[in-house]
Order: sequence, then C-alpha cells, then structure tokens
Amino acid sequence: MGEIRRLLPPHEVRSDPQSAERMRERGFDQALATIWAMNPETVIEWVTASGIKGRGGAAFPTGIKWTSVRQAPGEIKYVVMNADESELGTFKDRVLLEQDPLGALTGLLIAAYAVGARKAFCYIRGEYREVEQALANALETLRQGDWLRGVDVEIRRGAGAYIAGEETALFNSIEGKRPEPRVKPPFPTVKGLWSSPTLIQNVETLANVAVLFAHDVSWFTQYGTPKTPGTKLVALSGHIRRAGVYEVPFGVPLADIVSDPDLGGQVAGSGRLGAVLLGGAAGTFLTPEEVMNHHLDYESLQALGASIGSGAMMFFDDTVDLGWVVARLARFFAEESCGQCVPCRIGTRRLLEIVEAKQWESRVHDVRALAQAMRDASICGLGQTAPLALLSFIERPQLRPHA
Amino acid sequence: MEKSISLTIDGQVVTVAPGTTLRAACEQAQHPVPTLCWHENLTPANACRACVVELKGSRTLVASCSRVAEDGMEVLTASERVQNARQVVAELLLSTSDATLAPSLQELAQISGADPNRFAGGATWAQPVRDDNNLYVRDLSKCILCYRCVEACGDDAQNTFAIAVAGRGFDAHIDAGFGRELPESDCVFCGNCVAVCPTGALIGKKEYELRQEGQWDESQITTTETVCSYCGVGCDLQLHVLDNQIVKVTSPADHPVTHGMLCVKGRYGYAFAQSEDE
Ligand SMILES: Cc1cc2nc3c(=O)[nH]c(=O)nc-3n(C[C@H](O)[C@H](O)[C@H](O)COP(=O)(O)O)c2cc1C
Ligand code: SF4
Ligand code: SF4
Ligand code: SF4
Repeated sequence: MGEIRRLLPPHEVRSDPQSAERMRERGFDQALATIWAMNPETVIEWVTASGIKGRGGAAFPTGIKWTSVRQAPGEIKYVVMNADESELGTFKDRVLLEQDPLGALTGLLIAAYAVGARKAFCYIRGEYREVEQALANALETLRQGDWLRGVDVEIRRGAGAYIAGEETALFNSIEGKRPEPRVKPPFPTVKGLWSSPTLIQNVETLANVAVLFAHDVSWFTQYGTPKTPGTKLVALSGHIRRAGVYEVPFGVPLADIVSDPDLGGQVAGSGRLGAVLLGGAAGTFLTPEEVMNHHLDYESLQALGASIGSGAMMFFDDTVDLGWVVARLARFFAEESCGQCVPCRIGTRRLLEIVEAKQWESRVHDVRALAQAMRDASICGLGQTAPLALLSFIERPQLRPHA
Repeated sequence: MEKSISLTIDGQVVTVAPGTTLRAACEQAQHPVPTLCWHENLTPANACRACVVELKGSRTLVASCSRVAEDGMEVLTASERVQNARQVVAELLLSTSDATLAPSLQELAQISGADPNRFAGGATWAQPVRDDNNLYVRDLSKCILCYRCVEACGDDAQNTFAIAVAGRGFDAHIDAGFGRELPESDCVFCGNCVAVCPTGALIGKKEYELRQEGQWDESQITTTETVCSYCGVGCDLQLHVLDNQIVKVTSPADHPVTHGMLCVKGRYGYAFAQSEDE
C-alpha cells in the first residue's frame, strides 16, 4: 500500500510550515473554527468516536482521557504536549514538528478547549533546538492570527533525561523539581501539574486530533483497523535501505514496511534480516518469521508479547551480534533510571552486569526473578519495561545462532 | 462520619476508615507487610518497594504504604509475585549496601528468604566515611536511598532543604548540594535526618566513635526521659546513657510535640550537663 501522508503534510503542501498560509493549506484554521462552534462535550465525542489512541507508547484511548480531565473537579486545568522524545530509535515527533508544527499545536489548542484549560505547556527534548525554534515560530503565527483565543502556551526544554518523558516526571520537571516519576494513582487526569487535573498527550496524538477536526470522523477512520483506526508514524533505523519516518495505516503487514519500495525498501547490510527491535529500547525483538507473519496492530502483536510502542523499528541484519545490542540497551536503562526505586536503580545495574558478562543463559533463573520483580515492583514504566528486550532475546533461541 | 471501607486481605474481610492505606489495613488484619522507607511521621516515599502487595485487577503490584484502600479491593500479601519482589528487593539492597546497622533490612532479608550472594559481586556503594563535623557522620556505604532524611530535612519536618538526591540510576545519592561538606552546606545540624535514618548511614558522631572503638554496647545503655531545658516548647528528650555519659539524645516518634524531631540544641547541646564544675 505504501506511504500515506495525513499527519505528515502531503508532498503537494508547499507553504512555509510555520506560516499562517500553512494553517489554511492544512485546514487547521478550519479545524479551530469547527471546534469553537461546538460545545466541548461534542469535541470529546468526536475524539472518542475517532478511536484515537495515545501515540506516546501506551496506546491509551484518547477520548477517555479527555473525558476524565473535563470531568475532574478543579478550577485550574492544564494541557501538555509531550515532545521529550528520548526513546532509542524514536525520531518521529521531531520530523512531525519540523514538517508541520502547526498541526500538533492546533491539536493542543483543541485539547485545551475541550477539557477547559487556559494554560498549555510544550515540553521539548533539550537537544531539539531547531525544532524548538520551529515550534516557537509556529506559536507566534498562532498568536498573530488570533488562533490562541486566550490560551497561554509556554515552551519548556528538557535537560537530557529520558525519564523526563514519563508524564509525572515531566510534571516535576516543569515544576522545577527533579524528574522523578510520581506514584499512580492519583493519575494526571485528576492530579497532574501543580496538583491540578492535567491532560498530557504525545505530539503525534495531538497531530491526529488536528487532522481529525480538519476533516471528520468518517474521513479519519478510512484507514486503519476497526479497533485502531488511523495511521501511525514509524521510525525505521539500522540495517534498512530507506531509514526514516513513514506514515502507514494501522494493520499494515510488517513485511510491507520492510520491503515496500516507498517504505523500508529492503534490508540493508547483508540483505538478510536478523531481527527487528520493535518499540525502542523498551520494546521486543522479533524474528524474521514473526516480522513476516504479523501486522502493525496491537492485537496481532500482543500474541508475541510485543507492542508498537512509539513506532520505532530498529533493523539488524543477520551478521549482528544481538548480545551486544542487548548490552547496549541494558546500559541505556542503567544510565537513564532516575534511581528512585530499588528494583530499577539496582536492578538495571545488575542486568547490565549479567548481560555484559553474557550470563543470560547460565543465570537465566536469576534473570527471570529479577525481571519479574522489576516488572512488578518498579514505580514507573522505565523499570517495568527495562527487562523486556532481554527477555524477548532469551525467549528466541534463533536470535542467538552462535550461542 | 463517612461510610467505612470494606476490602479483603488474603481472603479475610477487613473494615477500615476512609483514607486508610493498604499497609495500615494489612496491619489491622494482622497480615503485616514489611517496610523499609515508610516511617510513621513522614510522607510515603514509595522508594524501597518492600511493601508491595498484589491487588486484583492491577497489572503491577502496588506499594501498600501509599495506596489508599477502596471498597471491594482484593489484596494478597504473600502471593508468589509479592514474595519474589520482596526477596529481590532485599537481595538487590544487600548486593549494594552494608546492612550491618540496618535491622529492618536484615529482617526483610530474613522473612523473604533472601540470598545475599545472589546478585552480589558487581558494583557496590562502598565509599569512604564522610566525617566533616563534630555532630554526625555520613557513612553512605550503608545508605539504601530510602529518602527519609530528605523528607525530614524538607517539608515533612525541618523545612531546611539542606539535602537532596543527586545523580541518577545507580549513582543516585544523598547530597548536601554540589558534593559539599556539611559545614559548607545549608545544614543546621538538627540531626532530624539522623533520627529517621534506618541504616546507620547517618549516625551521631559519639555513637560512631564508640562503635569504632568497640565500646558501643546497647545492653549497657539506659535511657532517661526529660524535657529539654533550652526553650519553652517543651520537647521530650530521651537521654541515652552509657557509663554515666550521655551518648545520644532522641525524642519519641509518638511524642505530640516533637514527633521525634528536635533542634540542634536539644539533640546535640548536652555537653554542659556532664561538665564538672572547676
Ligand atoms: C520512561 C518513559 C519515557 C517516556 N517518554 C515519552 C516521550 O518522550 N514522549 C511521549 O509522548 N511519551 C513518553 N512516555 C509516555 C508518557 O508517560 C505518557 O504516557 C504519554 O505522554 C501520554 O501521551 P499519549 O496518550 O498521547 O501517548 C514515556 C514513558 C516512560 C515510562
Ligand atoms: S522505575 Fe526506574 S525510572 Fe521509574 S521511578 Fe523507579 S528508578 Fe525511577
Ligand atoms: S541535620 Fe537537620 S538540617 Fe542538617 S541535613 Fe539533617 S535534617 Fe537537614
Ligand atoms: S542516609 Fe539514611 S535516611 Fe537518608 S536515604 Fe540513606 S538510608 Fe535513608
């Protein structure tokens, strides 16, 4: 089926991505006019009907989240765009904000209107300086075009911590504290920034909202599966000929992503696929057979214990020593753990030591017990998912031909 | 009065007041859960994860110290997953920190059947003792990063905010700001951090010295209850006396005035009481 461009601007869109002309060319001005003519409840009904799920990794139904924030008691509410994007192999929010920053911002304004927030934050990865500038310019365009309608949007820059992308750590960071995740419940929808109800969404989720209201629900659900309508950005890297960010419908065969000439365009390196790491560092290794037989859709992947996550796909040809890759991933988690809770602070270090000593087989019992404790007892998603890639590697002996 | 909450703990029905934590409910059901970082007078830090229990319908285990009981909850305090988590938490801490003065950690290790060698052999927190003032010593090789000291120094008691966690991952540690020595920091030497430290990582100078000399003998220590003579607040003091010398001053954690917290004078200003007239 090849590439689709809805979230990413179609190639014929030529206006300056940060300009008022772009607002009109993409129909985002129309999207805002549409929602301003609706009451907030109707806006949320559209979002719910569209079936949009969060694109930041957890795939939580967006409409449910908006309803919770709208209904949560509290005078002051906040909306936040999560542009921290620090997951390994994930660079789709960057491309989206470079090519179409007004889309995600329009989504943010729609969210603010729907949940009743007057204050919005964009939290952006510290290294993304050019993207931050693009976002600031786009914001200025919105201000001058009188599209903000009293919503105060502030850009905040991260300082180089993966954990600051976790929603509650991100709130602490905005509040000027150490980005340590908070315990949930209470959830951000009732107690987020400065203890007020807060809606936080990934950049891509907000871009989906913008294109939804630039069209309508039936347009939105033309692509995708009944359970997960719409399109997804995937970020291809590693041994793949056409590394980059592509937009594909949910349900597309993974094999198409690998070989379609408009998408991955075939495995690079030796030309023979060794494995795909799906979902970034917190993701799962898939064998070539699994890649050939599954689709980009949550139900299909659940059978493998895998998930789409942020949409990162890292390709490895059959010459790569995946044990080395697993050790790199373990180092990433050991360095990015915030250090707050025991299972993750010490567990990520011990996993690193075990993996660097290539003891995943001789100590498989210890690894499993440790991994289970990390999944069960860590405070946040970082510690809970840190062992997943290693476990998927252990469970697939075909990924260790030389073992 | 609000309606009470009814839940089951290990199959047993328990009724508690609204706002009760699962930890307290488990205690009431006489199925107590072990804790390390939890402290009766401090906000739950949620850091140690020793108190996790299995909650029906929850993907992960939940920290019972902070999770509030809800009607109809079904809680397991000794399921396989809970026992595994407890055991691994104990083993990870034992592989990292010196637990010789940490009774709660020793007890967790014992009840969970932890094997201290299971994850040992890698990086540890062994480091030189920081002895930079006359009142207390920091032996952070014993620290388990329970956050109690940070909370006591912060808005749970002292409101001085002299110490915080710095660094990340395995390198996270208690710090008085930019690695400074305590006299150069914002510390006012109230010793409230020392009072809540469960591991001996923060320890009064006198106790530290006596332990070094092999002279610290709990069985020979008597305590005398008195009221601090410095000001009119009326803080209850417990003088710990060894060989007719005050070696430590604390205040009972359940005392309504102090909640176990004192100021520098009450905690460390006792030399006058034992100086001979010349
Ligand atoms: C360690 C960690 C890092 C995360 N980093 C990001 C991130 O960079 N961007 C993001 O959108 N979500 C990130 N998340 C997920 C957020 O916590 C949150 O679920 C998301 O922002 C919600 O938005 P969504 O529903 O639109 O996906 C991270 C989660 C964890 C546990
Ligand atoms: S799981 Fe890791 S990153 Fe998350 S709170 Fe615990 S130590 Fe911090
Ligand atoms: S002695 Fe008092 S002021 Fe100093 S660090 Fe401890 S709690 Fe803070
Ligand atoms: S020094 Fe003591 S109180 Fe402070 S974190 Fe370490 S073990 Fe806890």
